[in-house]
Amino acid sequence: MSEHTQVHTAAGDLVPTPGQTVGPFFGFALPYERGHELVPPSTPGAVRLHGTVYDGAGDPVPDAILEISQAGADGRVHGQEGTLARDGMTWSGWGRCPTTRAGTYSFTTVVPGPVDGAAPFFAVVVFARGLLNRLFTRAYLPGDDAALAADPLLSSLDEADRATLVAVAEDDGSLRFDIRLQGEGETAFLTYPRHDA
Amino acid sequence: MALTDDTVREPSDDEVFAPAPSPLDVPIAEQSEISEEISRRHAAARPGLVQPAVDFRPYRSSELRHPTKDLRHADPEGVELFSPVFGHRDVDPIESDLTLHPAGEPVGERIRITGRVLDGDGRPVAGQLVEIWQANAAGRYVHKRDAHPAPLDPHFTGVGRTITGADGSYDFVTIKPGPYPWKNHRNAWRPAHVHFSLFGSEFTQRMVTQMYFPGDPLLPLDPIYQAITDQRARDRLVSVYDHDVSEHEWLLGYRWDIVLTGTHSTPMEPEEGEH
Repeated sequence: MSEHTQVHTAAGDLVPTPGQTVGPFFGFALPYERGHELVPPSTPGAVRLHGTVYDGAGDPVPDAILEISQAGADGRVHGQEGTLARDGMTWSGWGRCPTTRAGTYSFTTVVPGPVDGAAPFFAVVVFARGLLNRLFTRAYLPGDDAALAADPLLSSLDEADRATLVAVAEDDGSLRFDIRLQGEGETAFLTYPRHDA
Repeated sequence: MALTDDTVREPSDDEVFAPAPSPLDVPIAEQSEISEEISRRHAAARPGLVQPAVDFRPYRSSELRHPTKDLRHADPEGVELFSPVFGHRDVDPIESDLTLHPAGEPVGERIRITGRVLDGDGRPVAGQLVEIWQANAAGRYVHKRDAHPAPLDPHFTGVGRTITGADGSYDFVTIKPGPYPWKNHRNAWRPAHVHFSLFGSEFTQRMVTQMYFPGDPLLPLDPIYQAITDQRARDRLVSVYDHDVSEHEWLLGYRWDIVLTGTHSTPMEPEEGEH
């Protein structure tokens, strides 16, 4: 154990290792075959969660990579080993998708059910060239206004910020969740307890 | 190989797709200007910050890609208290040796990088995925957007994966990556580094970072590394040369331990009959 890992925060935690940008050259390393397909597209009830990542000038970000984690349709969180090996049968509840040249991403998945009655969401983490550390956020399912109104995080935000965290139901049945790293309509990004130094 | 003014090269996709210049952009900066900006930011920063500043203008690509609002506090719930599950079904043991190639040996300095992944409570992160990627010995990535005029190595892809052991340990054999030039400012060179991608037992612990090598003279000049404004925090990204890891007439050893943030779920009570 090196001396660095023996340093503690005021709260008594080991001091975490700092993050760094994913850089421009992750494309040959992190994406993998069908990483964006949590279920095969032919699965009954399969839905697309898709969107565009924008920078502070409103331009699409072609070198970001997103990951999502979610409950199953039954609201249970029960990922199995096999997250990287997409055999078409194993439900891992996790996916990874780099953005295209147009800054778009698209996951094929199922609509998550509520976990313990809470408003269902996709947990999202964003990496990009130019982004010095990962950003966490949530993409809530639209539709159940009562559940959304009762959500502790959403109710702590003003209307504009709240809107950035709720996916949009598109006419084709898909869910659109755009991510704005900066500026007008900037996505509300999250920090969790024990993340503060 | 040094880049000179008259070096003719095609722009990489990365440059082509760079965001449009903002009104703040000025003609390409010299290293002295970047270093001066870094010094000013360090002097103004609160001591003891453990993460990089995301609004760090010396790294020019960060300008339009960082949130301007504070992060919102969320109590992790539901799926955020779990992590994707990886295992030996996902990763072949040979993927931790980047020097293995069916057609021959890669060129460069053979090294081992080993260490442990711990959580904020000092517990080992066992059975989790670690992914790495890096440039070859000449500073070139196997990536279509890398146009650095250094040779590709037909025997080296620079991608590795492993699953941590019960004690949180990981182990990679690879080639020491070379530094490489980039377009942040004039005569900008990234210090040699290996990208690391890490998972904990919770979604909230996910992180990606870069490991550096001790004594690299490019570290003080690099705006990505220097975006971590606290010296002790920066030091946590620099591996330690460990002669006990080095092997006789074979490779040099580096040790680097990684600490993730703390978890939130209450430890489960032992099942009945499990003591």
